[in-house]
Amino acid sequence: MAEAVAWIMLVVLAAYACAGGTDYGAGFWDLCAGGAERGERPRRLIDHAMEPVWEANNVWLIFLMIIMWTGFPPFFAAVFSAMWLPLALAVLGLVLRGGGFALRKPTRRLAQRRVYGAAFAVSSLLTPFFLGAVIGGIASGRVAPGVTASADAWSNPTSIITGLMTIGATAYLGAVFLTADAHRYQAPDLVDYFRLRAWCSLAALVVLALIGLPITHHDARFLWSRITTGAPLGLVIAGAVVALVTALLLARRALRWCRYTAVASVVLVIAAWGVAQRPYLLPTSLTVSQAAGAHHTLVWLVIVTGIAVVLVGPSLAVLYWLDTRGKLEALADSDTEQEVPPAEPA
Amino acid sequence: MHSALNLLAQTPPQTLPARQLMAYTLASHILLVPMGVALPFITLLAHYRGLRRDDAVALQLARRWSAVMAVQFAIGIVTGTVLTFEFGLLWPGMMGRWGDVFGLGFGVEAWAFFLEAVLIAIYLYGWRRLDPKVHFWLAVPLPFAALMGAFGIIAANSWMNTPQGFTLDAQGKPVHVTVQQAVFTPMFGPEYWHFVVAMFLTAGYVVAGVYAVGWLRGRRDRYHRLGFTIPFTVAAILSPVQLVVGDAIARAVFHRQPTKFAAMEIVWNTNTHVPEYIFGRLNAGGTISGGLRIPQLDSVLAGFKPSTQVTGLTATPEADRPTPTEATLIHWTFDIMVLLGTALLLLALWYAVVWLRKRDLPQSRWFFRCAGVAGAASLICVECGWITTEVGRQPWIVYQNMRVAQAVTSTRADSVWTMLGVILALYVVLFAAFITVLRKMHHRWRIADEGLARNRPVHPPEIVTPYGPREEAGMATGPSRPAAQDGDPHG
Ligand code: HDD
Ligand code: HEM
Ligand code: HEM
Repeated sequence: MAEAVAWIMLVVLAAYACAGGTDYGAGFWDLCAGGAERGERPRRLIDHAMEPVWEANNVWLIFLMIIMWTGFPPFFAAVFSAMWLPLALAVLGLVLRGGGFALRKPTRRLAQRRVYGAAFAVSSLLTPFFLGAVIGGIASGRVAPGVTASADAWSNPTSIITGLMTIGATAYLGAVFLTADAHRYQAPDLVDYFRLRAWCSLAALVVLALIGLPITHHDARFLWSRITTGAPLGLVIAGAVVALVTALLLARRALRWCRYTAVASVVLVIAAWGVAQRPYLLPTSLTVSQAAGAHHTLVWLVIVTGIAVVLVGPSLAVLYWLDTRGKLEALADSDTEQEVPPAEPA
Repeated sequence: MHSALNLLAQTPPQTLPARQLMAYTLASHILLVPMGVALPFITLLAHYRGLRRDDAVALQLARRWSAVMAVQFAIGIVTGTVLTFEFGLLWPGMMGRWGDVFGLGFGVEAWAFFLEAVLIAIYLYGWRRLDPKVHFWLAVPLPFAALMGAFGIIAANSWMNTPQGFTLDAQGKPVHVTVQQAVFTPMFGPEYWHFVVAMFLTAGYVVAGVYAVGWLRGRRDRYHRLGFTIPFTVAAILSPVQLVVGDAIARAVFHRQPTKFAAMEIVWNTNTHVPEYIFGRLNAGGTISGGLRIPQLDSVLAGFKPSTQVTGLTATPEADRPTPTEATLIHWTFDIMVLLGTALLLLALWYAVVWLRKRDLPQSRWFFRCAGVAGAASLICVECGWITTEVGRQPWIVYQNMRVAQAVTSTRADSVWTMLGVILALYVVLFAAFITVLRKMHHRWRIADEGLARNRPVHPPEIVTPYGPREEAGMATGPSRPAAQDGDPHG
């Protein structure tokens, strides 16, 4: 049962990485879009694309944490004790990001919009970095039950390279999705704009991976030895191939499929990490079965997840379906400011 | 005294900032929760009326309330996410030991929020392009999802008050967990219903208050009348219900958490014929200064007769019960909640009596003045109720099973203080910006309603897509949705 819950946890993590990651990437490109005038059109597209879905995307993170503490309490406690600072910084980033994004839209003054926009964009960079650094710290075996917060747990070479790669991956996902959105909203210039950025972030990821290889060889020996053989290696290679396919699809403007391949490449790499860590949650100090919570709870966790898949799955599908068909659009001022019929006296 | 000093020495210094941070972030989040739970319901009432009777005013209200919902829900998500992280950042001891016992409630809650986030997105962004009937019906599950979310949270909290569903092994670790028992704890029922009613009531009074103020300023059109009546009626119906449910929860506390009850009523020694104090302060030696003393009443309220025995604070060892200062605090918060709750009931009665006799709103300005502050009063009730619940449990984080000091993170106190400072500043800015945005929206709508907008320049249709700074930058070439090209109905 613990094994099953661990897989659910990995699936939810992958879902957050893709759904949330796309949003972070959109924020990254918002940050890079340049001055108010030059960045006007990309920013509008980013708002447009993110708006209806970002709240739902955020819930994956919450669900991930709940599975952690309900399914594997000692694992949750160990991660949050050892990784105190990066997680505290990540949550500050989440506040700035959500607040900035939500308040930017209904604000009209340019100066204020700039402030909210900056909060949103900068934190879109910081949050994935710190979350990535946490994963790097776990993967390199720096988190163990009883370890207290220290700078080494997250400011080590593996963490930094994972943090940077997380930013790279979000930028890549964001750019691919925005390319498809630009096509959908019939803005050919923006298709080219984001397509170029998707390629660039993919290239950056390759460079980071090449730098990362020798670093992790020394710094994260356990993971390195696992990921360079057998199934994990296969998954990594598959991920790389699918990423390449994405680049080619973009080049051929086959924009309907590139989103799926981009998501697949990220999922494959995460799966490789998960498989490589088996049977550990925290290499090499805490296994899945050691960390598992009470059996009865785990059974119920799986049941609750099953019910949720039945309930949330269809509604999420409706949301994405409506969104991609252009059926969802924010209320404009002309709606809420529509004149009420002549004011009758009460 | 000796054991208390001992305990103080064992309380790590980061406990204080951790408690402050938890209390501050929860108290902020809870202000948004009534709206999160009940605003969709109130909006759907107006929406239903709008569709059913082809009532443009009601539809306009629903549209505007959902514009408010869009911003409010986002801030709720943000502050809620902070809480989720804080469970790990501040209380890893509690989560590490008890996570699998009481965590499942949160699992239910997360999926409920998920459903809510999805449905709210469809509702908020569906106004323009969905078929009106489909749009309405897709939103109907929303209030139920909100109730499910509250179910999860309250299950977790009531477990902390009356933990069960496990046995302890030799090392004090929980084993033999039974999930059903851990979710449906003795306090769960009373807490859940009291909480749900509080949420709908509060949201009703808060929304109605906005229109009451408009009414006082002389805006007496149908728009303000409807905007007042719909939410106020919801709240007025619930006010007497809340008194009954509140009475029930108080008695549940009396039976299940006698120490908390003793602190709420500042009862020092176990006794019968216990008097009720309204306000007043509990001193260290057990004497009470100030306050209004009503003989026998406390015993009567707890058990319907003066001979009811009420457990006093001294029945619990000093190290295991709230301090006199804490007791005084929750005594006050409890009394404030009850007094304001009773005042709200009187206001609801006023409304009901006038309505039954004249089929009209009360004419008195005083009625609308009271209605204008009823929202604030309910929010104060909500805060007070939670302080009663949480501080009354001290020094336990899991009642009689784990102390707050055992649960706290090992991170250094200055790190936690720093985080408290940063969050404090961040939340002040966030809430100030949130209020400002709401006021600006309100202002714009008023201008539109008073017909002043007609004199303003007409925007080309693209500006209608809600992007970009509007007046400041002239941008006519934004990406527009494919469907936007077939002519915008409102443009
Ligand atoms: C509009 C809000 C509101 C109003 C009018 C009232 N309450 Fe309340 N009360 C709450 C909002 C609230 C709350 C914020 O929702 C609490 C906090 C925890 C909970 O479940 O509900 C609460 C808690 C709470 C508790 C503590 C439960 C515990 O410690 O577990 C008691 C004993 C009462 N209430 C009793 C009353 C009584 C006798 C009222 C009579 C009028 C009353 N409340 C009105
Ligand atoms: C699911 C709901 C809740 C959970 C799980 C929860 C949990 C906690 C925890 C873990 C603490 C710190 C330990 C302690 O001091 O006891 C705490 C303290 C506190 N909480 Fe709650 N809480 C909940 C709801 C609330 C709400 C909504 C409020 C809002 C006003 C609140 C007010 C407080 C206060 C004032 C304290 C500080 C108590 C003190 O330091 O003396 N709680 N709560
Ligand atoms: C049902 C209406 C509520 C809404 C819409 C709401 C909003 C939220 C949101 C959005 C989150 C973050 C989780 C997420 O992103 O999905 C959250 C978490 C939280 N909320 Fe609220 N909230 C509600 C009820 C409550 C209540 C009733 C309380 C306490 C009295 C409360 C206290 C908390 C706590 C302690 C968390 C963190 C625990 C967790 O993540 O499960 N919330 N809330």
